[in-house]
Amino acid sequence: MDFSTIFFILVGALSVGAAVSVVTSRVAVHSALFLLTHFMTLAILYITLDAQFLGAAQVIIYAGGIVILILFVIMLIGSENLDTRAGYRSWVPWAGMALGFVLVAGLAFAILKAPLIPATLPANQGGVPDVVGMYLYTQGILLVELVSVLLLVALLGALLLARRPIWDTD
Amino acid sequence: MVPTNYYLILSAIIFTIGAVGVLSRRNALIIFMCVEMMLNSVNLTLIAMSRQWNNLNGQIFVFVIMAVAAAEVAVGLAILIAHYHHAKTTNIDDINVMKW
Repeated sequence: MDFSTIFFILVGALSVGAAVSVVTSRVAVHSALFLLTHFMTLAILYITLDAQFLGAAQVIIYAGGIVILILFVIMLIGSENLDTRAGYRSWVPWAGMALGFVLVAGLAFAILKAPLIPATLPANQGGVPDVVGMYLYTQGILLVELVSVLLLVALLGALLLARRPIWDTD
Repeated sequence: MVPTNYYLILSAIIFTIGAVGVLSRRNALIIFMCVEMMLNSVNLTLIAMSRQWNNLNGQIFVFVIMAVAAAEVAVGLAILIAHYHHAKTTNIDDINVMKW
């Protein structure tokens, strides 16, 4: 049990704890902050997996963009904190957890059935921005252009959807 | 080094937690967060396998997935805000008409 395995188990436990807290929290802002913790632990795991550019991108895009957007919407909408309205649905979380255990058991069985994969040392420098950028702008240039068009369309769509309709204002 | 199986099992656990969250919670914003958690678990799987097979394509795929997830969150939250202006609720039990 060397240091890297212990570190992975600690960060993984923190990640799973934050994920469970996202799902079970009663206050929406607490869920958003636990989600932020979850994303940061995942960024740490990406860096241990030799994906340094993606670790930085995870922090910038997810923690610094998506969580902020969700917090803005929570503050705009003022989400209701009570989630225990209908009594006839009280068995749903327990059924969900039971099915979740079945899913995890099935996935773990499938993953462990394959021989324990020995991790090899990377021949290239892994996912440093140098290597990823060289790939993206030489062989993956189509991906970059498609992603830019996608983001432009999403921007226009969000702008259009969030405007008040004409017949509502007078 | 940490075996790749450990990362795959962690990814399976996070995916399951996200899936159970989507099914159990009724607030649309919490459901958004759980969907983002599921996407991140798949990112973790792709990066772990990219390191395992020493292939950069997994990380490029994750790059595109991050861009798609960001676009989807923007448009999804815009839809949610537009519906809230109309119906004044975020409970998905009440969001059950396909027009407004």
